[in-house]
Amino acid sequence: MNRKKLQKLSDSLCKTAKHFNKFEVECLIKLFNNLGVEPSERHAVVGLDRNSFRNILHVTFGMTDDMIMDRVFRAFDRDNDSCVSVTEWVEGLSIFLRGTLEEKIKYCFDVYDLNSDGYVSREEMFHMLKNSLLKQPSEEDPDEGIKDLVEITLKKMDYDHDGKLSYADFEKAVREENLLLEAFGPCLPDMKCAMAFEAQAFQDSSDL
Amino acid sequence: MGVALTRAAQWTTAGSGTGTLEITPLNESLLNEIIKFTESFSSKHPQEAAFVFKEPLEWETQLQPSAFTSGYEVSEKTVWSQETDKDGQPLLLLTGSTVKVRSFAHLSRLLYFAAEKRLKEAQACLQVNRDPIVKILGPGYGTIEGEDMSMLRLLDKVKKDDAGDTEMKMKISLLLQQLDMQLLNSSLKQISQEVRLTPAAVKNEVDLLKRFSGAREDAVLESLEYTSDYEFSNGCRAPPWRQVHGEICYLIIKPRDTETMYVTCSTAGVFLNGGREKERDEINYERKSDIYKDLITFLRERSATFVKNMAKQEYTFFDEPKYEKHYQHMEVVEADEYGQAQKFYDYSEKNVFEKPKSPLVKSKPTDSKKLEPSLKWKTMSGSQVGKAAKREKEDKESKSVSSEGKRKTSAPSSAGSSKGKVSVKVEDVSESSSESEEDEQQPERHQEINTDLPSEYWQIQKLVKYIKAGNQTATVIALCSMRDFNLHQETCQLAIRDVGGLEVLINLLDTEEIKCKIGSLKILKEISQNAQIRRTIADLGGLQIMVKILDSVDKDLKCLAAETIANVARFKRARRTVRQHGGIKKLVGLLDCAPMGTAHPTPLQGKDIEVARCGALALWSCSKSARNKEAIRKAGGIPLLAQLLKSPHSNMLIPVVGTLQECASEPSYRLAIKNEKMIENLVKNLNSDQEELQMHCASAIFKCAEDQETRDLVRQHGGLKPLATLLANSENKELLAAVTGAIWKCAISKENVTKFREYKAIEALVGLLTDQPEEVLVNVVGALGECCQEQANRSIIRKCGGIPSLVALLTGTNQALLVNVTKAVGACATEPENMSIIDRLDGVRLLWSLLKNPHADVQASAAWAICPCIENAKDAGEMVRSFVGGLELIVNLLKSDNKEVLASVCAAITNIAKDEENLAVITDHGVVPLLSKLANTNNDKLRRHLADAISRCCMWGNNRVAFGITKAVAPLVRYLKSSDPAVHRATAQALYQLSEDPNNCITMHENGVVKLLLGMAGSTDETLQEAAAGCIANIRRLALATEKAKYG
Repeated sequence: MNRKKLQKLSDSLCKTAKHFNKFEVECLIKLFNNLGVEPSERHAVVGLDRNSFRNILHVTFGMTDDMIMDRVFRAFDRDNDSCVSVTEWVEGLSIFLRGTLEEKIKYCFDVYDLNSDGYVSREEMFHMLKNSLLKQPSEEDPDEGIKDLVEITLKKMDYDHDGKLSYADFEKAVREENLLLEAFGPCLPDMKCAMAFEAQAFQDSSDL
Repeated sequence: MGVALTRAAQWTTAGSGTGTLEITPLNESLLNEIIKFTESFSSKHPQEAAFVFKEPLEWETQLQPSAFTSGYEVSEKTVWSQETDKDGQPLLLLTGSTVKVRSFAHLSRLLYFAAEKRLKEAQACLQVNRDPIVKILGPGYGTIEGEDMSMLRLLDKVKKDDAGDTEMKMKISLLLQQLDMQLLNSSLKQISQEVRLTPAAVKNEVDLLKRFSGAREDAVLESLEYTSDYEFSNGCRAPPWRQVHGEICYLIIKPRDTETMYVTCSTAGVFLNGGREKERDEINYERKSDIYKDLITFLRERSATFVKNMAKQEYTFFDEPKYEKHYQHMEVVEADEYGQAQKFYDYSEKNVFEKPKSPLVKSKPTDSKKLEPSLKWKTMSGSQVGKAAKREKEDKESKSVSSEGKRKTSAPSSAGSSKGKVSVKVEDVSESSSESEEDEQQPERHQEINTDLPSEYWQIQKLVKYIKAGNQTATVIALCSMRDFNLHQETCQLAIRDVGGLEVLINLLDTEEIKCKIGSLKILKEISQNAQIRRTIADLGGLQIMVKILDSVDKDLKCLAAETIANVARFKRARRTVRQHGGIKKLVGLLDCAPMGTAHPTPLQGKDIEVARCGALALWSCSKSARNKEAIRKAGGIPLLAQLLKSPHSNMLIPVVGTLQECASEPSYRLAIKNEKMIENLVKNLNSDQEELQMHCASAIFKCAEDQETRDLVRQHGGLKPLATLLANSENKELLAAVTGAIWKCAISKENVTKFREYKAIEALVGLLTDQPEEVLVNVVGALGECCQEQANRSIIRKCGGIPSLVALLTGTNQALLVNVTKAVGACATEPENMSIIDRLDGVRLLWSLLKNPHADVQASAAWAICPCIENAKDAGEMVRSFVGGLELIVNLLKSDNKEVLASVCAAITNIAKDEENLAVITDHGVVPLLSKLANTNNDKLRRHLADAISRCCMWGNNRVAFGITKAVAPLVRYLKSSDPAVHRATAQALYQLSEDPNNCITMHENGVVKLLLGMAGSTDETLQEAAAGCIANIRRLALATEKAKYG
């Protein structure tokens, strides 16, 4: 990518990804390029495919849950082309690292809404929480605890009592109790990882 | 015998018949008893010994036929006795290795032959013949099955039997029962000496170890699990048929350095079992190792890493001894119970078979009721309070012992920690003086946890389970859900504690998960409003972890930790813990935030300010201990507090000023408050609309205004007006007490008094003389006393009708109040008009009666107040005389050893002596020698009033001579060397009076008075001049007279 193109790209991205300044956007673009993104044979578009993206999430941000990582990928990949482009990368990171509460609520809800129907249903919750309790060998129904947990969550967050979480429900609950932002599994980086990533990304490139 | 064997003897396996009797100390002693009994049987009871058993006792013997001698027919493989029964069967028959015996006589002989091996033989015999009585006497006498068999039934049986046999059987049966009793008793003694574990003790230990288990490098164990999650109501997890054997639960322990161990915890101790049998998923209950007294001892033996890592766990030092103690007490209780059981046996031997269950089994349910789950042991119900208190005492005593025992394993740190211990003790003493302590020994309520628990209890228990078993996500959900309970309600608070939630919540604080920590702290913050919860949090080491969290990067976390510390540190021990773990320094560090002045801080600054606020809250709680005040100062807290004091927000100011006013009890803080220019801000905040803030500001000024400069600063910053205005708010008594206190201290300065008059504070104060709590009254009266310095104010008080209220207060009992009231009344009495009112109200008599008050302060203050009364009353002499025994009383006060009392009484005597009749009376009461005795003093105040009193008392009879005789003159001369001019004047007058007596003149002259007086004669003070000159003249006249007499 030549310099001019980079300039142009970073200029335009600066406007959409409003939590980064121009320098930072440039750093992120460079980082994106350094990740070794080459147009693969299968995809015509340039970008990170699911596996390499998941790899980044795992290595850099310490995420472990496969399903959540897939969903994070989906959330980054706005145009659903199974590939995170440079634009999606910068815009996604803007929310991922520095998003306002509002943006983060939206993002998390998107992650948790597995089938993208605008609701987090009982089944989706169950699916996301099913590994959250240590299995007690003695229990007759190992899923009982999970089911109960889902009910507890609904009782707490389902304000309109329709048995599923709408975006409005989710937003209201999170605003009331910030801890519920990542109610169904970690999908945002913790502070340490985020700071480490930022320090690395923005300092590395400044040396260039 | 049967009972003893089934109950007391330790059989290895449950299945009856196949079990073996192990050789344990207990069994051995049992067997020995039985052997002794059998051996002596034939000699003690020859008739019974010949009795033929219903069925032979049969067992595998190791005796060789050759061992048998006289009375037996011996062949190569077989031996039979020459004696036979009715049917011709030999009474002893040995074929191969099987032996059959049919009478006690032969049994005892067999044992005799067996010699050394008799123990083995007895063991072998009893192993096979579980209930020998059945074989000996017949099935009707069995004890295993028929536990309810009573004496009656026995007799019944006996009657039915063949008449000939009956008596014999009866006798044998009784003999055997006696043996049984004996065996049980002796085994009980043994059992009660042994270490007995209880389900609660095991549970505690397991919980403790679990906390230190995990994948972490320094964990003591990799894992520790129960084999069963189901816990019976008695706290055991072993299946009922194993509980009978005293087994409590089974554990699967994976140490870091050895293989997985399967362990049985039983009442007798902890040992390795046969492990889980793979195909059947059942535990092999057989014992495979020695028995250890508890789990930790067991693990110490088995795992080196355990010992190593145990030493690393810093908290174990705090926790472990406690748990150990806990065990000890349980043992004590248990032993008691056995003791009782034993007595029961002793007293009711005959009914022994009626007793439903043997002691071992019986004691269990009782135990578990009494010593149920973990930390509740402190919280006994009413009847056990005494016991609990005793235990607590024992705790303290045993603490040093047990913790030292523990330390041995962690040698390197032992020196340090024992040093720490000593310092703790010292601190205990030092802190006991600090103010407003929450009562440490608060009685705990809410004990009996019955069946009718509220539904919240079960829901909370479930949530705690999810927190325990869940990952971060599940934990956060459960924590959030828990916050939906009304955590201000005591039921919920205690439910969390009782289901073990506090341990879990505190444990979460030690993880890396910020969200879990935040969620946990949010709950802890709420429930720590409860005093019992606070105590438990401190007991569980929560404060140490929270202090550590103060270093966190996350600001929310810091805030919550500080707020929770603020709640928990409301009692002394907690405050000490915070300090000892460096908490004060960290909390002071939180105060350091961006400039406060900005009206609209950025969100980031806002966070910082919030952190500082929480830090101040925590410091406020901590500042109630004297040592913490010092620690805050040393950590540089004062300038930071001064900085925060400039904040515009009252929610910040309240904790800051709260801390300051708490600390203002220390002189160093008072100085700092003045020097850091905090008075200005304190004054400013008197105008706040928050009464709490106003109160703390007023209270800080109250404490600081003892200092002259501070008082001036308050005036200069315009603080007097708001103070005066606040007097109108008479509803909030705390505020009123603080405000009146501030006014009192400020009124020490005359300029301030003038201001207060302008602001009509005097009228307001007089209005507060009635219907106020004592704390307010003390300050109001103190303030009035100070204001009376001004003549105008004295009339204002009269005009407002304050004098009757003041005089009425003279009848009170509060020491501080009386000191102030007498002072105020005295000050008022300087006005003749006021005096007539006081006189009418019989105020002087009330003052006089206060001379009998036991407190020296009150005595002195009353005596001072009496002076102006006598001065200004009409007919004072008559009035004083009318107090029966009054003069004697005041003269006797000259025997006091309080200088202030002496000075005040001297002053009063000076005034009393103005009346000649009264002077005569006090002279009769021996005032002269008493005054002379006081003459050797260095206290200028006393000197001055004493000299006054002496000069007054010289006016009667030959008192002048008497003073000379009682050696008052020489010391008086020395008073002239004092630096106080008031002393000079009074002394010169006294000397002038004394110099009327020639002998005194000689004494004075000898003491070099002339030179001193000559100097005084040149003074500008006319009274002094005159007195000095008069004295010199008297001396001179005497000298002239002497010369004249000499030389004619």
